[in-house]
Amino acid sequence: MTRLVNRHPDRPTRLLLAMLPFALLIAAYAIGSDMRLAENPNDKLLPSFTALGDAITRMAFTPDKRTGDYLLWVDTVASLTRIAGGVAIATVFGLLVGVSVGLLPYARATLGGFLSAVAMIPPLAILPILFILFGLGELSKFVLVFAGIGPFIARDIAMRVAELPTEQIVKAQTLGASTWQICTRVVLPQMWPRLMDSVRLSLGAAWLFLIAAEAVASQDGLGYRIFLVRRYLAMDVILPYVAWITLLAFSFDWLLRVLQARLFPWFAPEGASR
Amino acid sequence: MSRVEVRNLWKEYGDQVVLERISMDVAPHSFVSLVGPSGCGKSTFLRMLLSQETPTRGTILVDGQPLANEPQPDRGVVFQKYSVFPHLTAVENVALGLEFERAPVTGRLFGRARRAALDEAGALLEGVGLAAARGKYPAQLSGGMQQRLAIAQALARKPRILLLDEPFGALDPGIRADIHDLMLSVWWDTRMTVFMVSHDLREAFYLGTRVVAFDRPTEKDAARFGARITFDIALDPAAPIKERLREAEHGTATDDLGEELAAMAAQADRDDPAPAPSTRRDDPAPRDGETA
Ligand SMILES: Nc1ncnc2c1ncn2[C@@H]1O[C@H](COP(=O)(O)OP(=O)(O)O)[C@@H](O)[C@H]1O
Ligand SMILES: [Mg+2]
Repeated sequence: MTRLVNRHPDRPTRLLLAMLPFALLIAAYAIGSDMRLAENPNDKLLPSFTALGDAITRMAFTPDKRTGDYLLWVDTVASLTRIAGGVAIATVFGLLVGVSVGLLPYARATLGGFLSAVAMIPPLAILPILFILFGLGELSKFVLVFAGIGPFIARDIAMRVAELPTEQIVKAQTLGASTWQICTRVVLPQMWPRLMDSVRLSLGAAWLFLIAAEAVASQDGLGYRIFLVRRYLAMDVILPYVAWITLLAFSFDWLLRVLQARLFPWFAPEGASR
Repeated sequence: MSRVEVRNLWKEYGDQVVLERISMDVAPHSFVSLVGPSGCGKSTFLRMLLSQETPTRGTILVDGQPLANEPQPDRGVVFQKYSVFPHLTAVENVALGLEFERAPVTGRLFGRARRAALDEAGALLEGVGLAAARGKYPAQLSGGMQQRLAIAQALARKPRILLLDEPFGALDPGIRADIHDLMLSVWWDTRMTVFMVSHDLREAFYLGTRVVAFDRPTEKDAARFGARITFDIALDPAAPIKERLREAEHGTATDDLGEELAAMAAQADRDDPAPAPSTRRDDPAPRDGETA
């Protein structure tokens, strides 16, 4: 008998197995929805697939009666702009601060402890402060996403830089490298793929902070819409929105993973055989 | 090609004395093999020669001048691991030193200057037998090829001193013989002064023009006494000892010296896994030519 740890599914089986949990979830939903609707045709909790389809058509493909906008797309553009802005600032900040703290003893002595402390501040707890400081406009949403993941990325990159073998840094010096050259030719190029990992890991948190900010103060955005229609128990809108957000987040994650493998063929993730 | 003078060198980490009273005068174009039980401070000594660490006491002079206080291109290095950059191909790894030299601001050459640097690097790669691996990343190279690459990379800036810390320790014996010959021809052609840490006595004797052993004087109070030089043998690079060593290495020698060396090497192999110097009971070899 081959041990379970040594038994691998073949390709078609793997595909089938991967789809199984999704299929089960959808089936369970369908059964639950049918049962509730059989009891009460006006039940709003688990709308039928037809109702979900209607809601999708209404939100995505029909102009809004009042504004003439296609709401799903307007919300999507608004949310993506905010998350992209916040993540971009956080990434640049994280890279600059992380590399400095990881590489320069003076930067580490100055910022190392501070960064660890700042990273412990629960971002949602300072949300009111952000609204007071930056108003209810776009800026406070960028800042919340940034405050939520910037320190995390900075700390992660600082750790990854410190993990580079000392031998490499010494070796570069024996080849005549200045601090700046070490930074640009030895450290930064090795940080790009790690930065992508770091961003991938923080994307979930970024969405969390974005939706929180939109729920509290906004006129549009995916989070705003979900919390708006919640008042009418409009599950037929909420569920497709959640699925859409999930799909967007999943696509970015996948994109970053593919880009990383394409752009940095030398980068073998931890645990992969050399 | 540089004269290296080490004057009464001490190194302490906190309360622990690692090295004490290390003095040696190394003639230009020497090949110094450093041997000794593991943990006795061989790497520490090398790191001081590299200016990666500062001695607690004593001085190191190169051609009469004190060492710079940080690593410089006049002293190249090959470590046992992590000597090459994983994100650069073989030829880029070798060209990197040239780019550092010729592009102070960007650290990166472009166009014709870049092609010239890559050509020079390619020639160096050819010299170490890696012409075919030019475009490969280090992770795609075997251990022996990675060390050849590290040697070529270290040569790019034409250092006058080359420091090797167990460079061949992780390689298979068969591969080692080839890379030993490469090392000898590089040493001969470049006229560099070489310091090599080795835990393989046969290798130390085969490559070195001088073998220096470090060991602690007592096993009691290990932390309060640092390692000193316990023997220091000058070898003539042309002497027949090399030949007999070679035979000993291939297990064909039957004469006394071959056996003695084989025993020494076996002893060294046995001691090697010992983590703490205090567990060591005997010297690695007879103490002829002791200088400490
Ligand atoms: N940075 C350091 N801090 C404290 N102790 C160290 C440091 N580097 C080396 N040592 C100690 O110095 C001793 C010699 O180490 P090392 O030079 O690496 O030995 P070798 O290369 O001969 O095996 C060891 O006991 C080690 O624990
Ligand atoms: Mg060592």
